[in-house]
Amino acid sequence: MKVVLQNLTKIFPPRNKKSGGGVVAVNNFNFEFPDGKLIGLLGPSGCGKSTALNLISGLLKPTEGNIFFGEKDVTNLPAENRGVGLVFQNYALYPHLTVKQNITFPLENFKGKDRLTREQMDKKAYEAAKLVQIENLMDRKPHELSGGQQQRVAIARALVKMPCVLLLDEPLSNLDARLRLQTREELKRIQQETGITTVFVTHDQEEAMSISDMIVVMKDGVINQTGKPQEVYDNPKNLFVAKFLGTPPISVFDGQVTGGKLIVNGDEILDVPGTEDRQVKVGIRPEGFVPCVTGKMKCTLSGIEVMGRDMSVISRNPACENPVIRAIVPADTRIDTSSAEIKFDIKPGKIFLFDHETGERIY
Amino acid sequence: MEKNKLTPWLYLLPAIVFLGAFMVYPLIDVFIYSFEEGYNSASQTYFGVGGYNYSYVLHDPYFLQALKNTFILVIITVPVSTALALVISAGLASVKPLRDLYQTVYFLPYVTNTLAVGLVFMILFKKTPYSDGLINLLINMFGGQSVDFIDGPYWAKMFVLCFYTVWVVMPFKILILTSALASVDRNYYNAAKVDGTSKMRIFTKITLPMISPMIFYLVITGFIGAFKAYSDAVALFGTDLNAAQMNTIVGYIYDMLYGDSGGYPSYASAAAIILFAVVLTITCINLIISKNKVHH
Ligand SMILES: Nc1ncnc2c1ncn2[C@@H]1O[C@H](COP(=O)(O)OP(=O)(O)OP(=O)(O)O)[C@@H](O)[C@H]1O
Ligand SMILES: [Mg+2]
Repeated sequence: MKVVLQNLTKIFPPRNKKSGGGVVAVNNFNFEFPDGKLIGLLGPSGCGKSTALNLISGLLKPTEGNIFFGEKDVTNLPAENRGVGLVFQNYALYPHLTVKQNITFPLENFKGKDRLTREQMDKKAYEAAKLVQIENLMDRKPHELSGGQQQRVAIARALVKMPCVLLLDEPLSNLDARLRLQTREELKRIQQETGITTVFVTHDQEEAMSISDMIVVMKDGVINQTGKPQEVYDNPKNLFVAKFLGTPPISVFDGQVTGGKLIVNGDEILDVPGTEDRQVKVGIRPEGFVPCVTGKMKCTLSGIEVMGRDMSVISRNPACENPVIRAIVPADTRIDTSSAEIKFDIKPGKIFLFDHETGERIY
Repeated sequence: MEKNKLTPWLYLLPAIVFLGAFMVYPLIDVFIYSFEEGYNSASQTYFGVGGYNYSYVLHDPYFLQALKNTFILVIITVPVSTALALVISAGLASVKPLRDLYQTVYFLPYVTNTLAVGLVFMILFKKTPYSDGLINLLINMFGGQSVDFIDGPYWAKMFVLCFYTVWVVMPFKILILTSALASVDRNYYNAAKVDGTSKMRIFTKITLPMISPMIFYLVITGFIGAFKAYSDAVALFGTDLNAAQMNTIVGYIYDMLYGDSGGYPSYASAAAIILFAVVLTITCINLIISKNKVHH
């Protein structure tokens, strides 16, 4: 089922009336989560991701705006009746119940004609457990499980009632790096197997990029950009999005456009025909740097790190905002490490110009 | 190695000495007294050793009355006060702005002197030549007959005693339960809500198990407290509790030691040991039940 947010706004009232203001946690969201897709909701800590998710789940009431599940307006429907599945950041498994009891808990709430027999519940619980591969842990208590297993129980509990929408709030943040990689693949598989529209909150851009069909990048309660992960990466709308996506991060320079040429630290590095003369911020992706003896951009070489098939070239430039410039090049690239200077050519699609003040993309 | 084993005992020494002198020794002494037949406290002599003291106490109608009173008190007040405290604290937990005020109000009986509270209860319940007491006024208002709660029928006196006991223990229970309720992670409630759980089911399936250790604690201490009841009865019915048929086990023990009919430390000790055995049994039963029911 698709989920549509219309002018959705959430303002938390101020703690004492006099100070006024209040926190605008979600600011005028307009977005349609397409049916059956895995959508990554992405942004730095405190930008309002959990708030947005809780608005969709019904745990919070919006200050303004509407929420639709399919064609149905659910804005005033309490959480109990929305039928969403929610996986909490800390899982919130009931500690006094076994895994199986945790998973059947939502099913026991069905009333009237939806009411299930014990056998039906057990069957559904078993199916959900199988989907997340915990069917052999059914009789344990949550505290007897590892973090990854708890997370899977939480997903099974959210899935067992076949929710119309599945919401996950940073479900992987408590896992170690390896388990995280493994579980996110599993999450993708589960989502594809069930076909449930899934919204997945994270502040880890890599996580979002790797499994999402679509990402929503937000900052300070405002949606900055939405789209397929690769599209957003290749075409950031503003400096924030460009900086937020990609590891290693994009390198940002202070630059100047003069007569259709982009000048960074005295070097003319790119032709930007048709752009008026102005101060700009220049963002270059790590893979946009091509070491080349005839390169136009001169930097001070500080070292190289070889990591398997790639190599990162670390250099410095006075105009660069980042402490160091990291360029990712194939490991077999020849680099003269004895030289103090390195020259780069810049790949055209990997360089973006942003307004100096607003950070809006201009080239 | 040797030294390491000794150090903890050294730290414990003062506590062991004091507890030994003022708790363990008297306990053993009471046990010994209870088997010494015909003990005379003036000459510190006795005739023999045996179970006569127990037999006497268990056949004493005053003791049986006290035993019955205590059991009725325990069986009524512990469940009633715990359940009532649970209802009130659950209510308080859902009206945040009033919580602090109510907590203070409910806590008043706890810090007020037992005898002063007893006086207030007298005013509420006692029938005097001038007034029938506030409660009787209420009963009359609804068309009922006045009842003498203080010098009247047994059930009326028992009612007052239970009412009083419940009222006195309530604040402590409410305090414990409100903080227990507040410490339940909100996320569990949110999770249950999203899964469409009704309020009633959330309460019975999540809240109750989560605070069950605290409820269990209150039940155990409640049982022990009610078995030890004495001053409450004195505050309401005066010192001659046997005449009022309102004596409790502890009251009986006190009377045997210091009362008008007193001077029988052997009987008192036997009664004390019986009380101890009863409380121990009840606590053990509680522990066994809680093994299966309480989530830690
Ligand atoms: N109940 C509340 N009352 C007041 N302000 C709140 C409340 N909940 C959240 N906020 C504020 O709203 C903003 C968004 O919070 P939210 O929890 O949605 O952030 P988030 O994006 O989920 O962050 P994180 O990645 O750290 O979980 C924050 O500034 C936060 O301080
Ligand atoms: Mg959050």
